[in-house]
Amino acid sequence: MRDLLSGNYAIAEAVRMAKAQLIPAYPITPQTPIYERLSEMESQGTLPGVMVRVESEHSAMAMCIAASLAGVRVFTATSSQGLALMHEMLHFASGNRVPVVMGCVNRVLAVPWSFGSDQTDTLSQRDTGWMQFYCEDNQEAFDTVIQAYRISEATMLPSMVIIDAFFNSHFIEPMDVPDQRLIDLFLPQATLPERFDLNDPAFISNVVTSGAQFLPFRERAFTDMEKAKEIIREVDIEYRAQFGRGYGMVETVQTKDAQLVLVTSGSMTSTARMAIEALRDKGLKVGLLKIKAFRPFPSREVEDALQNIPKVAVIDRNISIGKEGIFCQELKSALYNSTARPRIYGYIAGLDGLDVSPEIIENICLEVLGKEMPDNLPIWVKGN
Amino acid sequence: MAHLDDFEGLTPAWCPGCGNFAIKKAFKEAMVELGLEPHQITIVSGIGQSGKFPHYVRCNTFNGLHGRTLPVATGLRLANHGMPVLAFAGDGDCYGEGGNHLIHAMRRNISVKLFVHDNQIYGLTKGQASPTTAEGTVMKIQPFGVQSEPLNPLALAVALDCSFVARGFAGDGDHLKGLIKEAMDHRGFSLLDILQPCVTFNKVNTYDWYKTRCYHIEPDYNPENRVQAFEKALEFGDRIPIGILYRNHRHTYEDGIPMIKETPLVKQPFDLSAMKGILEEFY
Repeated sequence: MRDLLSGNYAIAEAVRMAKAQLIPAYPITPQTPIYERLSEMESQGTLPGVMVRVESEHSAMAMCIAASLAGVRVFTATSSQGLALMHEMLHFASGNRVPVVMGCVNRVLAVPWSFGSDQTDTLSQRDTGWMQFYCEDNQEAFDTVIQAYRISEATMLPSMVIIDAFFNSHFIEPMDVPDQRLIDLFLPQATLPERFDLNDPAFISNVVTSGAQFLPFRERAFTDMEKAKEIIREVDIEYRAQFGRGYGMVETVQTKDAQLVLVTSGSMTSTARMAIEALRDKGLKVGLLKIKAFRPFPSREVEDALQNIPKVAVIDRNISIGKEGIFCQELKSALYNSTARPRIYGYIAGLDGLDVSPEIIENICLEVLGKEMPDNLPIWVKGN
Repeated sequence: MAHLDDFEGLTPAWCPGCGNFAIKKAFKEAMVELGLEPHQITIVSGIGQSGKFPHYVRCNTFNGLHGRTLPVATGLRLANHGMPVLAFAGDGDCYGEGGNHLIHAMRRNISVKLFVHDNQIYGLTKGQASPTTAEGTVMKIQPFGVQSEPLNPLALAVALDCSFVARGFAGDGDHLKGLIKEAMDHRGFSLLDILQPCVTFNKVNTYDWYKTRCYHIEPDYNPENRVQAFEKALEFGDRIPIGILYRNHRHTYEDGIPMIKETPLVKQPFDLSAMKGILEEFY
């Protein structure tokens, strides 16, 4: 069915259709409409799950972990400070191997206080052991929630489905909402292990007494996250076969003959597509690499996409103070031991939801094409 | 001598008719009548419509995180207990995510003055139930009504022997101003819960709703009787008492730290040479 939905509502719709059974949540801008929409569904009797109004995001994640351990499919959503408050429970979720799926709407972290999009909130959770999927548009956000349950429940690792504040969360786009029957075929009801088994009691969140006992837990989670790459690819292929849409861990656009490949994530990718077209029309060989999966990091796909590419420009809507844009760092480290050796130019743009227009992107490309060597530090794009 | 305008900050973005305007007015009047200058006080807030309070007044201000007003205020007070520290929080803020901090600030009896804008709703995120919303109230994300008992902040405070417990009403400005002054003059932690109608999202607890229920606590009431105060704190329904419910004379947290008895920490010289003798003795 064709429908007009905002990114927040698209996520809420996917959660309903995924039949999440327990949804604890707490309001925070710009995520609140996900919570409101799910409440509305609950009041209309169309939400198969139960919502819980909790006292903080920390409590929301604690409830998700516990309910997931008890064997039910769970969901929550948050942004910015709410995600930062959850931080210690994020480690608990991955450490306890619970397949929680969470909607994250990127918003700047204080201070100063503001509301616009900035990926630093989710990227700051890079090392918590969660999978992270950055979505370009509302359709992709819907599709990724459905996929994320399959992926998380197959790997027993939690997932963040991530959209940009306002550009995605509040902008309404036409999209396809599949039949419930087809979603049910793709994503059957959860059959999670009930880890609080009365007949076989177990100690959850146990204590280990030495590094020798601790290390295998992390090693196992690491190995399973590596294996998740194949599962992500397979689930996406299956989704494409069933629904006609797939995204891959990365997407490449006209990279084969490119002299310059632009690297983006999230909503600015749509703008970058237009900019690339305009530059191609001017006869410039420019391509695009969209990174969707950030954890696990798609090193193989990135390496393949950037073989024999002389220059790469990364636009980051985030910043790691003391280094550079976070996608830029990750890209560099992924390529260091590979045979792909492009020069990598880092740009910081769009913080706090500043517009990253087609003109800005074209200008970045033109600047990089005309520049012999990259700067040591990222270039800050202040906007039009 | 400061004037009311000296405390005026940016133009508020609160809705016309919001109870916060009356709190701001009472605050400014109280400060002027207490003879305080803007540079002499510090205001800390959290998140919510109350969190914007420091934006709209002029003095030393800090806008902190949701629910975390009191730890910041405590740190400020310990660094400089010569400076009055005022915390402005909301019911969603201080009685929800910040509930744990409230409990421990009351236990410590740090001399922070806490003013809670209690509108029984989350205003900033546009109309969800807060910890003080009445059970059964239907709201945007509570389509079946609030399923928890409301928190009674004053009963909680009396139970914890909080050293100053009062309730004001934004619709009774002069009375509120008097309570702010009393809270400021009290030695120790002061909790002033201020009933503050949210005219946009709370259609239940309106000015009329409060006006028909609020009454001034009787002049012969003894606020030093804790059991009686607990009974008073439980009154919240057809009649709502406003005024000072409870007061005691516990020693303050600052009193218990000998190092800052004479001089605030910030005014003390930082001189490592005093440690030298001790280090030499052991090394």
